[in-house]
Amino acid sequence: MASPEPPRFKPADYKSATKPVWCPGCGDFHVLMSVTRALAELNVAPEQVAVISGIGCSSRIPAYTSCYGFHGVHGRSLALGAGLKVARPDLTVLVMSGDGDGFSIGGNHFLHACRRNIDMTYIVMDNRVYGMTKGQPSPTTEPDWDSALSPGGTGLRPFHPLVIALASGANFVARAFSGLPNETAAIMVEAVRHPGFSFVEILSPCVTFRPDEHDWKGLVHAAPVAATDDPARAARRIMTDDGFNLGVLYRGDRRPYEAPASSAIVDVEALDREFEL
Amino acid sequence: MTSRGHTFAGDERDSISLAIVGSGGAGALTVGALLLDVAARAGWYGLMTRSVGPQIRGGEAAALLRLAAVPVECMAASFDLIIAIDWRNAGRFAAEMPLSRDGLAVGDPRGGEVPEAIMASGAERIDIPMKDMAKNIPDGRPNMIALGIAAGLLGLPQAALFEVMEKRLADKGKGAVAASRTAIEAGFSEAGTIKRTFRLAAPDRDGAGRWLITGNEATGLGAVRGGIRFAAAYPITPATEILEWLAPVLSGLGGALVQAEDELGSVNMAIGASFGGKPALTATSGPGLALMIESLGLATAAEVPILIIDVMRGGPSTGIPTKSEQSDLNIAVYGCHGDAPHIVVAPLSVGDCLFTTQWAVHLAEATQTPAIVLSDQFLGQARAVIDRPADVAFLATRRVAERSSENAYCRYAVTADGVSPMALPGMAGGQYTADGLTHNSAGLPSSQAHDHHDQLAKRRRKIEGFAYGHHWANIEGDGDVALLTWGSLTGAAREAQRQLAAQGIATRLVALRLLSPLQTEALAEALTGAERVLVIEQSEGAQFHRHLRAQCDLPGEVRRLSRAGPRLIGPEEICAAVRQWRS
Repeated sequence: MASPEPPRFKPADYKSATKPVWCPGCGDFHVLMSVTRALAELNVAPEQVAVISGIGCSSRIPAYTSCYGFHGVHGRSLALGAGLKVARPDLTVLVMSGDGDGFSIGGNHFLHACRRNIDMTYIVMDNRVYGMTKGQPSPTTEPDWDSALSPGGTGLRPFHPLVIALASGANFVARAFSGLPNETAAIMVEAVRHPGFSFVEILSPCVTFRPDEHDWKGLVHAAPVAATDDPARAARRIMTDDGFNLGVLYRGDRRPYEAPASSAIVDVEALDREFEL
Repeated sequence: MTSRGHTFAGDERDSISLAIVGSGGAGALTVGALLLDVAARAGWYGLMTRSVGPQIRGGEAAALLRLAAVPVECMAASFDLIIAIDWRNAGRFAAEMPLSRDGLAVGDPRGGEVPEAIMASGAERIDIPMKDMAKNIPDGRPNMIALGIAAGLLGLPQAALFEVMEKRLADKGKGAVAASRTAIEAGFSEAGTIKRTFRLAAPDRDGAGRWLITGNEATGLGAVRGGIRFAAAYPITPATEILEWLAPVLSGLGGALVQAEDELGSVNMAIGASFGGKPALTATSGPGLALMIESLGLATAAEVPILIIDVMRGGPSTGIPTKSEQSDLNIAVYGCHGDAPHIVVAPLSVGDCLFTTQWAVHLAEATQTPAIVLSDQFLGQARAVIDRPADVAFLATRRVAERSSENAYCRYAVTADGVSPMALPGMAGGQYTADGLTHNSAGLPSSQAHDHHDQLAKRRRKIEGFAYGHHWANIEGDGDVALLTWGSLTGAAREAQRQLAAQGIATRLVALRLLSPLQTEALAEALTGAERVLVIEQSEGAQFHRHLRAQCDLPGEVRRLSRAGPRLIGPEEICAAVRQWRS
């Protein structure tokens, strides 16, 4: 093996001067820290990275990096990222989202991004609440969580993103906790390096609307067993764990998406012949 | 070959309209396509549309053709000849194909009842048992008998017909080709027994060098000629053929087409690809455009050029997917929330789909603004014989930022023409975040009034100050009556202009290609001196008329000829409106 390239970048090189809008104590600060550490570890130039997002607190993250960024509309970040990665396979594409953006309004794109298996990394900061609109239940919120919009709770079964990702064909599935930035950065590094569509769910507390999530710090723990390459086994483990298992939970070996290549190189002028009498 | 009997006086016609009908799967559309191909090679121009029901198979299908010695851009109001492989289900679209008084219906007597609406004029009917004739030919098919009859009545050369048929059926094997030959010959000799002919004025040369193309194909070709190298697709009638045509072509050109999960996805994939520097498009119809609208605003605000092709169909909602209308003008121009000026253009003919789409790629890229091409089902799915389109130089030319060590890069710098050099990912020093949030010149979110005003103004400046040249409209003829129309009705208006001229009524035709930004000054100039302005559009709500009146005063007396599809406004209707007005 070739000796690794000497590191050219420090985590600070991936941080912009823009001050985040997040509340003090928001888990997303740590996610930002993890991203910069991961990119430094990956040793990829900031201009070769695109951070793509939708709408919500977590989706403000692109502008806080020194990379190229796209802060799009609500729920469509995966589609933006897919178009970019297919058009520009040379780039490292991180799509960053939240539980409302990614699993509610963007739910359909999530399923099909997993199926499509484009070589990019999907990082969802899950705080189980809509924070930017001041505290409404999201697809991952507990059914009895009381709020003004759904008094007494939604009564709905929470969405299980990791299992959905497995069922839909994601090639890499991991769970992380924002309060452990080094571990989270290490998972991100692996996610980016793994070919195909990698999905990392980061438990990232909303201290403003979900103060109970302070408790996550004491609840999270490393997964007791190593990642499997069997999606059914991974799904069973994830469905029966306590929801706080951290680490890489599944590594698949599906072939990443490749745009169909044509054997015949067409030149534009030659296209006329199809129509000429 | 065929013995010809009595012909009507003056039987050499300017144009001939014929319809081939049959149940879905009977092969009526194949017959139409082969007839058009043979006529084109012989030197005639022509246009073929198809009328199909919503069923995938087993429903009704009709190929509607009009042939002439001059370019054909619209269908006639009535038909000279209808050939029915069978009459089953033909009743469902009989209203679309009335026979003229001296018309002829040829059909299989065992193929169901002839719809009354078709025969209402008192046209002649002749029965030919195509199915039984086909049974006597091993592997013979009734549609090939019908093809022979049609070609015989039209006087198309049999040898050329065999040639195109053999090409078309090449992959079906020698048996199928031989059977079709025999069936065509049988049809030809059957036509010889009919004491009627349908003859066109002789063409002045053969069709070599001309093109046979559909609007959807021409749209795809215009897009790649303009520089599109990425497409995101979600299937929808009647736009799917554009995407299917582009799929192998883009791969071959080193680009890509990705099938998306929905139109929300497809438009955002296009935006993502364009953000990466690849000129990108998606193609859809009304329902899909409705889903894309939020992201159209994003592309406008983030200044990412994309092309959205809307092949319009009857609306609202699911509407009439297989029929044409011009009723997406409002959503295309005004659909966005906020002030989101973007470009809307419309092709004026099947062949012009190429030019207009290529131009739209250029406009979008030059202004870093989304552009919508409003084609429609009629243009998109019509197949036409056209003169070889002129090569035009419009290409995707985006103003791209270059690396500078001196100044901090400002993606949305306020410039004189509003266009700011765009950094592409990969260029060091150009990093910025494209944003749908109101932003300052550096791209950072801002809710300050001056940033909002500056950015809105620069985005408007980009497209309102652009030099569109004379392409904004086609202006033809002169007269105190103006026919003011847009997009696909241009062909009908042009033919009406010719018919009116023959009756001594001079008109000027003003057909808009650029719908937004509306070129109000140029339009006022084009209409100077007009005493009567007839606004012609295929929209129940008169969307075009309202669009014009909201932004400019039209001179003289103004009337409108506006109604819903699916029956298209034709030259006869336009002529009648003008004549009525003058009397």
